[in-house]
Amino acid sequence: MTEFDPTIVALLCNWCAYDGADAAGRSRLAIPHQIREVRVMCSGQVDPSTVLKAFAAGADGVLVLGCRPGDCHYRTGNREALKRMRLLQAVMAATPIHSQRLRTDWISAGEGDRYRRMACDFVLEIQALGPVNPKGRH
Amino acid sequence: MARRPTIALYWCAGCGGCEESVFDLAETLLDVYRQTRIVFWPAALDARYTDVEALADGEIDATFINGAIRLDHHLDMVRLLRKKSKCLIAHGACAGLGGVIGLGNLHTAGQLLDCAYRQAPSIAAPKGPLPGRNGGAEASDPALPELLPATLPLDRVVPVEASIPGCPPTADIMAQVFEGIIAGHLPAKGTVYAHRKALCHGCPRLDTRPERIEISRFQRLHETLWDPAVCFLPQGLICLGPVTRGGCDARCIQANMPCRGCFGPTERMDDFGAGAISLIAGLMADGSEADGRALIESIPDPTGLFYRYSLAASVLGKGRSS
Repeated sequence: MTEFDPTIVALLCNWCAYDGADAAGRSRLAIPHQIREVRVMCSGQVDPSTVLKAFAAGADGVLVLGCRPGDCHYRTGNREALKRMRLLQAVMAATPIHSQRLRTDWISAGEGDRYRRMACDFVLEIQALGPVNPKGRH
Repeated sequence: MARRPTIALYWCAGCGGCEESVFDLAETLLDVYRQTRIVFWPAALDARYTDVEALADGEIDATFINGAIRLDHHLDMVRLLRKKSKCLIAHGACAGLGGVIGLGNLHTAGQLLDCAYRQAPSIAAPKGPLPGRNGGAEASDPALPELLPATLPLDRVVPVEASIPGCPPTADIMAQVFEGIIAGHLPAKGTVYAHRKALCHGCPRLDTRPERIEISRFQRLHETLWDPAVCFLPQGLICLGPVTRGGCDARCIQANMPCRGCFGPTERMDDFGAGAISLIAGLMADGSEADGRALIESIPDPTGLFYRYSLAASVLGKGRSS
């Protein structure tokens, strides 16, 4: 059996997290190929239905990354994102798509290494959890 | 006299409340009976599977299916009725979104059978056979229908023309549906017999809803004496009226109970629970890290609350492989 190769969607805010990912690229840091980066204007723009759409489209894990607390370009977007994602996780905990498959965290612009570490850790964690639908796609 | 439309009604996995929504028509039901030809309605009339099989394809004008799809037998029935009907209507929350039955998708079919047939304290023969295709050779020992791996809303099994939301739908809505069919108008594809906008727009307490709501503690109904004239949300009571389709005449609100979302998502939403989570998270007061967690933990059974009627229609409830 080959090793499970998950699909992970990373929703990155335009002002900090995406810049952080960019910094990783400029520093030639290797980012796991399982991560599919999507740039959004603000993590506060990420609605629970966006996350569920990613799972419905075949994602095995979703990362929501915004500016560090207090640093949001729109002042409170990351705080709103955290509330929504935490409540969504509380709902997911009882369902077949477990809450560990969704992670919210913060990256400031330039934190390329932090982004690389976060991406690698999450890929390992999702690999350990296995696919969302073991009989379906794999 | 105009041609009487042909109608069928069938009950899949549901509590019977949707059948009740037809009987709630009271005297009007007699008019419906006179002005239609009801060829199949197991809850009220004596007609058999073979009677439906004997009909020509497309002979039934409108078939109402209530209840979710949970047994292999339901698959056979709705596929047969689909073939015989011009128009198929998902009648009630279970047929439309999986309903309360859909919460069974939090467990595997095996776990559900084990709970009901092995673990329940009232079971006298815990080693008896489980339902499934395991009947004997005699007619007196028939096989019981098999539980599917997960609950399915009707439209996951067959194409559906229209839906009537509600747990159960109101008698007024049912009367309106029958009236249209009797007048010769079958619903257009995608018809939903309810309002386009949210329940809030027609809520009798709308004027008491403040511009800005901040909840720092969620209250539970049995722990609270709430003001029956004021919007539930500023009182810390979760009400899903802002994300639920209107059309129910605010029955629960008028009985002083908050909305639990049985009319499903409004026109612009796709996943009901996701919308409900967004709504409630947006009302939560800012606080320390610990306060935020405690606030969320004060909501008992969030999955059952936000997805009470729609889990089987969500990616979160598409069943689990056993």
